Amino acid sequence: MKFAVAPGPHTAPIASVPLTMRRVLYALTPAALAHVWFFGSGFAINFFVAAVTALVAEAAVLMLRRRPTRVPLRDGSAIVTAALLAFAIPPLTPWWIPAFGAATAIVVAKHMYGGLGRNLFNPAMVGYVVLLVSFPAELTQWIPPRMGDLDYEHLGFLAHLVYSLTGTLPPDFTIDALTRATPLDLVKEGLRSAQTYTEIRAGSLFGGVAGRGWEWINSFIALGGLYLLYTGTIRWHIPIMLLAGLLVPATLLWLIDADSFATPGFHLFSGATLLGAFFIATDPVSAAESDRGRLIYGAGIGLLTYCIRTWGGYPDGMAFSVLLMNSAVPLIDRYTRPRIYGRD
Amino acid sequence: MLIGTVVLAGLALGLCAVLVLTDRLLPAGKDPVTDRIESLLPRIQCAQCGYAGCRPYARAIAAGEADINRCPPGGEETVRQLAELLGREAVALDTTLGSANMNRVARIDEHNCIGCNRCVPVCPVDAIVGVQQTIHAVIAAHCTGCELCLAHCPVDCIDLVARDA
Amino acid sequence: MLEYTPDRRPTGGLRLPAHKEASVAQPIARGFVPRTLILALQQHQGPATTPVVSPGDRVLKGQVVARARALRSAAVHASTSGHVRTIEDRLVPSVHAVHRTRCIVIDTDGKDEPLPPGKGARWPQDPERQLKRIRDGGIVGLGGGVFPTAEKLGAHTPCKALIINGVECEPYISCDDVLMREEAEGIIDGALIMRDILSAPECIVAIERDKPQAIEAILEAGRASGDASLKLADIPTIYPTGGERQLVEMLTGEEVPSTHYPSEIGYICQNVGTAFALHRLVRAGQPLLSRIVTVAGDGVARPQNVDTPIGTPIGELIEFCGGYRGEVDRLILGGSMMGYALPNDEMPITKGGNCIIVAARSEVRQDFSERYCIRCGNCGTACPARLLPQELLRAARSDDHEMLDEFGLTDCIECGCCDVICPSQIPLTEVFRNAKFAHARYQRQHVFSAETQQRYRRHQERQRADARRGKDLQDNLRHEVETDEAARQRAIEAAIKRARQRRSHDADQD
Ligand code: SF4
Ligand code: SF4
Ligand code: SF4
Repeated sequence: MKFAVAPGPHTAPIASVPLTMRRVLYALTPAALAHVWFFGSGFAINFFVAAVTALVAEAAVLMLRRRPTRVPLRDGSAIVTAALLAFAIPPLTPWWIPAFGAATAIVVAKHMYGGLGRNLFNPAMVGYVVLLVSFPAELTQWIPPRMGDLDYEHLGFLAHLVYSLTGTLPPDFTIDALTRATPLDLVKEGLRSAQTYTEIRAGSLFGGVAGRGWEWINSFIALGGLYLLYTGTIRWHIPIMLLAGLLVPATLLWLIDADSFATPGFHLFSGATLLGAFFIATDPVSAAESDRGRLIYGAGIGLLTYCIRTWGGYPDGMAFSVLLMNSAVPLIDRYTRPRIYGRD
Repeated sequence: MLIGTVVLAGLALGLCAVLVLTDRLLPAGKDPVTDRIESLLPRIQCAQCGYAGCRPYARAIAAGEADINRCPPGGEETVRQLAELLGREAVALDTTLGSANMNRVARIDEHNCIGCNRCVPVCPVDAIVGVQQTIHAVIAAHCTGCELCLAHCPVDCIDLVARDA
Repeated sequence: MLEYTPDRRPTGGLRLPAHKEASVAQPIARGFVPRTLILALQQHQGPATTPVVSPGDRVLKGQVVARARALRSAAVHASTSGHVRTIEDRLVPSVHAVHRTRCIVIDTDGKDEPLPPGKGARWPQDPERQLKRIRDGGIVGLGGGVFPTAEKLGAHTPCKALIINGVECEPYISCDDVLMREEAEGIIDGALIMRDILSAPECIVAIERDKPQAIEAILEAGRASGDASLKLADIPTIYPTGGERQLVEMLTGEEVPSTHYPSEIGYICQNVGTAFALHRLVRAGQPLLSRIVTVAGDGVARPQNVDTPIGTPIGELIEFCGGYRGEVDRLILGGSMMGYALPNDEMPITKGGNCIIVAARSEVRQDFSERYCIRCGNCGTACPARLLPQELLRAARSDDHEMLDEFGLTDCIECGCCDVICPSQIPLTEVFRNAKFAHARYQRQHVFSAETQQRYRRHQERQRADARRGKDLQDNLRHEVETDEAARQRAIEAAIKRARQRRSHDADQD
């Protein structure tokens, strides 16, 4: 009897990119729901706009580059980029903000470097940083979370949609009246103007350990991260070292001077710390390749984030730290290459 | 404004000067381009490219005097590698130059060799051994199949055979 | 017998579905006699054997049909009685691929008539003669490497430990497991014989933790032997800890240098099947005639382990196991990771053939479309040789041979871990296998070219020197000739003068 031959190994593959991306999306779902609960439907609209733009942009670039489109479009990486971007930008924002961010992420950060797997920088973070430096006003218009301010009236889904599409608010609303500074902003400004940390966090935007609402969203993100760790989608090296790189200096300085430095808990549950640790920095493409390299890479991001938050010009530094460490990856890889078995 | 312009222009000129000077004054050392081209050639010294050996040919390529498709033993593969190294388009191999290839070696037919010793000096890699009036032989492991010895045998007793035969 | 757990964790590796349940559920099926035998003259790593029978001859079970002439060889025996039909070239599976080699084809007569017990069956005392007996007994490594056992046991480096490999980490293969369950005493006895030949201070039997019955049986046999040098190491169930290099690292913490064999640093690894074969040779005088083969997969009616005569055509073996069942997609020799697909079932089981997987579609990889490498590093994490397959992939695809060297292409053991774990489904192992060929060719070429260049330089230098010397020589000659001219003139003049003088003198005398 004759048989067809095929190259080994014959065991069917046990991992796949679409599966990985799907798991990442599953892991983000609770946090996304929490986001919608606390900040209104803006997140959903932004995510939708970003995802559509990302897919269209990807398809367009792939066609221009004369590459097959079917497989890359289905791998879900563009959707993950869109989701991360939607977490990063304020919920109440014109539609072109997520669109522009997603397009930049896909076209500039991803395809100009050669497509998935070749990009040096994390696409979502490039998209976000470009938005942040190009449209600082729009990117700082955060609305307060539900329960933060009891008199505050949240916009409904339609009003969100109308604002997103046309930039007009319902009568009686002004954008200035709607937006508030984020907890990270408050802490930064407050400390700068010689308030103590305890005074600052007495404000109504703060909850148990960090910003109201934020702490919950971030807890759900941590939960998603644990799911990723549990399923083996990501490995512990980057998240743990990132958190350590952030929390160790935070704890030390807070122990030294509890008035002028925020608590480690605040750092952990504020801004993009957990999102960064589990979802952004773990992006395989732009991270270091060996385990040892990943320890350094993660710790670097954590440390840089802490420095930017505490001494830098921006309230949160996750995006910048990720991009900075992305650029250090070739160097890290070079010096952390594992020693091959049986060689000196 | 003016000061700025002057300073910058001066800086630029100064740096240009430094560059030019270093280029002129520092010893040129070995010729890295020629070396790298040569390392891509088969280096079997068959002279079919029309130069006295691989290095002269490499020098000619580096100087832009010769095309990259003149090495028959290297074949299309070498052309491709050279094109890649030099950032040129690969061109088809010039097949008119010769047919030497590295899968063949010369073999001397012992029955006919008259021991004239004429083939020994023409072998570029000293693969032929023998003294006057005795049978000569080719060291197959050293022979490159360059065909140079063939024409020098007065009794035509050198053949090319497959390397592993 | 001491049982212990090594305190090192294996480097890399994967936990894979074992697929062994079906075949270990049955005892070893014995007494199978095929209709035909195809005995390849080269079934081991080393020079081929020389046939000593001719077509038409009747051969008996255990009779030598091809002799080992070289030291690194092992004899081949008729595994049952019959008549030699022909000696011809056939396709035969070897370690990594199918190759064409000379085979003795025997039509068996079903009588399974053994050779009458010969004289001098006593096991010799002299190590040299012991090794010769092993060579003549046709014993080779049965783990799949088919390295002649005599050569391994005759290693010159003092042995630090003998490692009996019962790890059997690859999916589907269970022949060692069942052998350990059923023949533990024989294995321990064989191991002790090897230990004596090597004078090894210690003998470690390594077994994966997922084989509790085998561990139990070996422990019992080990205790019964009362030998203090025996140890049993239970190994975590991670593929490929059973690879020699991986096992040595795991058990001793030492790494086998890239360019060496484990035996060169004092560790001899032998498969449990080999130990058992040696036991039979020494105690019963029986050469290697059969081996346990696992027949597994969803495409065979009765998956089981069969005591299979060497040379049995694979088709007949499958027939013995109830034949094909359902649609068979692929026939794999070896495990599902390192094994390779066979084009047909007419080839024989050789000494190295440990497993036949008759695979249904759902069992084996079907989708060969690949995506871009996303640099996830999964492959590097899984690589037991601590390579960075993604970098090797880049180097291989761009034919960058220097980079291939730097990133250790030749250290890849082709275990397939990176391949299976790659989320982009890149056929890394296949790429590396091909790259190894290309790389070897490149290396040969490169070395040859570099040597040629050297030789040419020397040739040129010599010619130049010759030319220079030639010119000097001429100059000297001319000079000499010129000076000679004057000298000759003088000499002639002097001679004339002398002649004249003599003549005048003579004239004076006259
Ligand atoms: S043709 Fe012959 S001499 Fe010229 S480069 Fe090629 S191998 Fe060298
Ligand atoms: S596992 Fe595959 S995708 Fe991941 S780094 Fe390795 S080759 Fe690339
Ligand atoms: S096949 Fe080679 S590169 Fe891949 S995991 Fe195994 S040893 Fe490493």
